[in-house]
Amino acid sequence: MTDWLSPDEWRAVALSLRVSFWATLVSLPLGILVAYALARWTFWGKQLLNGLVHLPLILPPVVTGYLLLMTFGRKGTVGQYLDQWFGIVLAFRWTGAALAAAVMAFPLMVRAIRLAIEAVDPKLEQAAGTLGAPPLWVFATVTLPLILPGVIAGAILAFAKAMGEFGATITFVSNIPGQTQTLPSAIYAFLQVPGGEAQAARLVWVAIIIAMTALLLSEWVARSVARRISGA
Amino acid sequence: MSLHVRLRHQFAGFALEVAFDAPSGVTALFGRSGSGKSTIINAVAGLLRPDQGQIRADGVTLLDTDAGVNLPPHRRRVGYVFQDSRLFPHLTVRQNLLYGQWFAPKGPQVSLARIVDMLGIGPLLSRRPGSLSGGERQRVAIGRAILSSPRLLALDEPLAALDDARKAEILPYLERLRDDLHLPILYVSHAMAEVARLASTVVLIEAGKVAAIGPVAQMLSDPANAPGLGLREVGAVLTTVVMAHDADGLTRLDCAAGPLWLPRVTSPLGASLRVRILAQDVMLATTRPEGISALNILPATVRDIRMGEGPGALVRLDVGGEAMLARVTRRSAEALGLAPGRAVFAVLKAVSVAQENVGAAR
Repeated sequence: MTDWLSPDEWRAVALSLRVSFWATLVSLPLGILVAYALARWTFWGKQLLNGLVHLPLILPPVVTGYLLLMTFGRKGTVGQYLDQWFGIVLAFRWTGAALAAAVMAFPLMVRAIRLAIEAVDPKLEQAAGTLGAPPLWVFATVTLPLILPGVIAGAILAFAKAMGEFGATITFVSNIPGQTQTLPSAIYAFLQVPGGEAQAARLVWVAIIIAMTALLLSEWVARSVARRISGA
Repeated sequence: MSLHVRLRHQFAGFALEVAFDAPSGVTALFGRSGSGKSTIINAVAGLLRPDQGQIRADGVTLLDTDAGVNLPPHRRRVGYVFQDSRLFPHLTVRQNLLYGQWFAPKGPQVSLARIVDMLGIGPLLSRRPGSLSGGERQRVAIGRAILSSPRLLALDEPLAALDDARKAEILPYLERLRDDLHLPILYVSHAMAEVARLASTVVLIEAGKVAAIGPVAQMLSDPANAPGLGLREVGAVLTTVVMAHDADGLTRLDCAAGPLWLPRVTSPLGASLRVRILAQDVMLATTRPEGISALNILPATVRDIRMGEGPGALVRLDVGGEAMLARVTRRSAEALGLAPGRAVFAVLKAVSVAQENVGAAR
């Protein structure tokens, strides 16, 4: 099983899975909160927040990576304090790769969840309120179950995006085998070496399989959840 | 328990300014669409914040804009039944019914079993709202609101979205609720038949103002309210007792002035029923008519007459101490010499009283 990929290749695949998993999991609560705020609340600076969330989608990834380096790098505006106060270093670590992946995938996640929230009839939430449920309870027992298909779709979309993230990652955390060399970085590295095409091709297949699996899985889960909550 | 409401709210091009005190029982807010009755019930439930006002239920202040009190909906405990039922689609009927119990105050409560039995929704418990009919959905919504242990039940045109058959299916359940639970109910409607059957107090709302308020029998028999209630819908309510079910399909009901025969009603002998008799179905005669197909002829005394702006006149009668309305033409009123104190006979065809106008009396 393991012999058709070299240890280096395996490390890249495993690292990518780990980076994407944590990037998705940690950004999910924030993604739901931001999606909810954009869908339901009116507040000053809403358009600004909307723009900020979507910025990574339209900026060149290398620019996002550069901004991350300026902000979360060891000498960055936020990074230096993270290092001083908490001993947390993100630059050139796998956690940094996860941050880059999360930032790049965030707009896709928020978009999917926001659409799901907008599809929930606020009248149902209102009804829950008249039955005595405080707002947080209403969210947990009415809104969240109803948007679950959208949340799952958003999470898997984010995961797939994180798996493929390249530009911002390589700019922010470089391409260190075993530490920050994710699947796309590894493919890129192999293509820089003469004769590395075969290795690259194997990883390309792995990338395709993971992406397809994720997509099919999300379709299946979202559909079965939707069937369960649509109530027949 | 009483409900005190005083509200002022300005919409674009429409001002609402109402004040009323509702005693216990079913208080119907009656008025045309757009008269402001839904705004009032939404303000009571806390779904709308009026510009200015006070709302007190059961001695608890729900809203007092002067004192800066505005309880959020989830702390008002106003059980709200919406026109569109608003059941949670991802929960079963049982879970829907029990939703409010998580937040209800500890203490004696109505049991699930009792409500399920009262509303006849036992067979639905494990189903989901998506597979229920409109009438079933509305019964579940009513049960859900009651089981949240509210201090007040608020129903916003709960039957408006249903067809006549479904309405007829639900009305008896609402009557049982009114008579068995002793829960104060605020009932918004623009259907006179529902109000006549259910209400104990009627608040007539016109263009954002309270036009009149009073006990149902008095309100419906007051000719002065006729324009607000709608001329075709005007009709007084008689209290009757079921005396006999005849073999030819008629039921004999006794009111204070004598027997009435109506098409068969399903209530058992001895049951007390409210019968709404539309003013336009009542004919008047100065002598007891003979050789006439109409079965019901009640002796009556003219109490007062209200001449309409058109060709019509509304005559309020005293029938054995209860009020009855008859709508006749001004020409007939003058030809018969109708005047207060005049003895007449009220003539009513048995078949003219529709099933929806007969309901259980408390």
